Amino acid sequence: MIVRRSEAVIGRIVLVVVLVLTLIPLLNMVSAALQPADTNPTGLAWPTDPQWGNFVTAFETGNVWRLMGSSLFIVAFVVPVSLLFATLAGYALGNLRMRGGRFLFLFLILGLTIPFEALIIPLYYQSQALGVLNTQWAVILPLIGLYMPFSVVWMRAHFVGVPQELSEAARVDGATTLQEFWRIQLPLARPALSALAILLFLWTWNQFLLPVVLISDPLNRTVAGALTFFQGQYYSSIPLLNAGALIIIVPTILVFVIFQRQFIQALLQGAVKG
Amino acid sequence: MARRGTLVGWLFALPALIAYLAFVIYPLLLGVQYSFYRWNGVGPSEWVGLANYIRVFTDDTLLGSIRNAFVLIGFFTIIPVSAGLVLATLIRSVRRGFFASASQTILFLPQIIPLAAAGIAWSWMYAQTGAVNQILNAVGLGFLARPWLGDLQTALPAVGLIGSWVLTGLCTVLFLTGIGKIDQSLYEAVRLDGASWWREFITVTVPGLRQEIAVLVTITIIAALSSFDIIYTTTLGGPGRATLVPGISIYRIGFTQSEVGLASAFGIVLMALVLACVLPIQRLARAGER
Repeated sequence: MIVRRSEAVIGRIVLVVVLVLTLIPLLNMVSAALQPADTNPTGLAWPTDPQWGNFVTAFETGNVWRLMGSSLFIVAFVVPVSLLFATLAGYALGNLRMRGGRFLFLFLILGLTIPFEALIIPLYYQSQALGVLNTQWAVILPLIGLYMPFSVVWMRAHFVGVPQELSEAARVDGATTLQEFWRIQLPLARPALSALAILLFLWTWNQFLLPVVLISDPLNRTVAGALTFFQGQYYSSIPLLNAGALIIIVPTILVFVIFQRQFIQALLQGAVKG
Repeated sequence: MARRGTLVGWLFALPALIAYLAFVIYPLLLGVQYSFYRWNGVGPSEWVGLANYIRVFTDDTLLGSIRNAFVLIGFFTIIPVSAGLVLATLIRSVRRGFFASASQTILFLPQIIPLAAAGIAWSWMYAQTGAVNQILNAVGLGFLARPWLGDLQTALPAVGLIGSWVLTGLCTVLFLTGIGKIDQSLYEAVRLDGASWWREFITVTVPGLRQEIAVLVTITIIAALSSFDIIYTTTLGGPGRATLVPGISIYRIGFTQSEVGLASAFGIVLMALVLACVLPIQRLARAGER
């Protein structure tokens, strides 16, 4: 590729400016979080006497352990169950291609663009009728259903790309459909599955609308949904609010930095297929 | 190849189908049913025909929230996609090494944190004593300083720019990967012709990224029309109705005003709006491929 010298320089300068703009709001949170809790901080400034204790206060008064536990509980059901359902259906649509499968595929595509807001009112009365309102199940059950269109389309795309000869060979060897699925197809699907797992984890962990509407006790929500609780709790203390919000986002950022290659790949593929 | 048992296929698809029917299709139909009634959520309900839909399209507040959602498309779609295109073009020379991968990580950060947290971070940026006013004062534009989210004139653009902040990184990184896939001989050809930077951008880069553009326009439009998290944690629709969007309206009407039928009708209208915006783009993108 031809790169003019001036281009390389301009490129670097522009990139630095954009990176600074991206980071300022986050650094600004850190600078506010380190100010004395009872003051009204001003703008972006490194505190002369950083109050690291604010994080401890926010951690304790924010019931962060309980929030993390509640989020993990929701994720621990939603992600594996969605992956399982989506893989089975993706295999059916992409490999078995049963009669009527085309219709089912189009039916699922219909659900791809439905905004959650359009369903939130009926979902509220549905979970009331099911007796799960204000429990984590009120979020877990709908999320599994709401993730199906994207997840099935995603897994189907993977199975469409797997050569049919593989299935034929397995059948010649006398494998049942279930054996073939378990021993041959599932191991091959691992990359597609792990990318989908990352996306579903992130979407569930950051899910806001459903927990805010369907779970009245913030401590039973996802961490993102509990941010409103922090806003109520610390409305008079900007430093503590920012400390609390940072505690909530730092674990996600850490997980992201560790698995960033997988995350970025998953998000880019997710965007393209979505 | 002969199809294997249809029954086995449907058995494999069954769990996903049931979850989808139970928690997407059933609530959708329920919402359609509610939308024809006047109901406060507990008492008796009354059939009102299309009255709720008529209210959605005649009520100033509700129409205003739809209008705001379309304004947000400017900030969620037009700014991030065009900024992403320009940025990706400018920084494509920086492709390898630690700096390139570190910057990719940083550009992605706004995608990773919850939108609600982005809302909290930016409410503080925009506060009277916040960083935005601080920077304006520092560069001698102090007369512009104001509580950005509390001002009727600036609240909506201010909220919209949060969306730009969240989405520009995603657009840039996706376009960068897309540029990598464009045939490099095309670039060499226009450069040998002595084409300007702009000509190269218009004749090679943009056409080569057609598919990425279609994808990003689609997801960012959906994000704009169905925005909720950012508005909820920054302004809750205020001041007045300045930042009211359909998602917040539905929430308020349904759960604060207890007009379940009207809120459901608005939900259905929102879904139709999203489809009406997204389908033509998909069709255009498909047509472009051929």
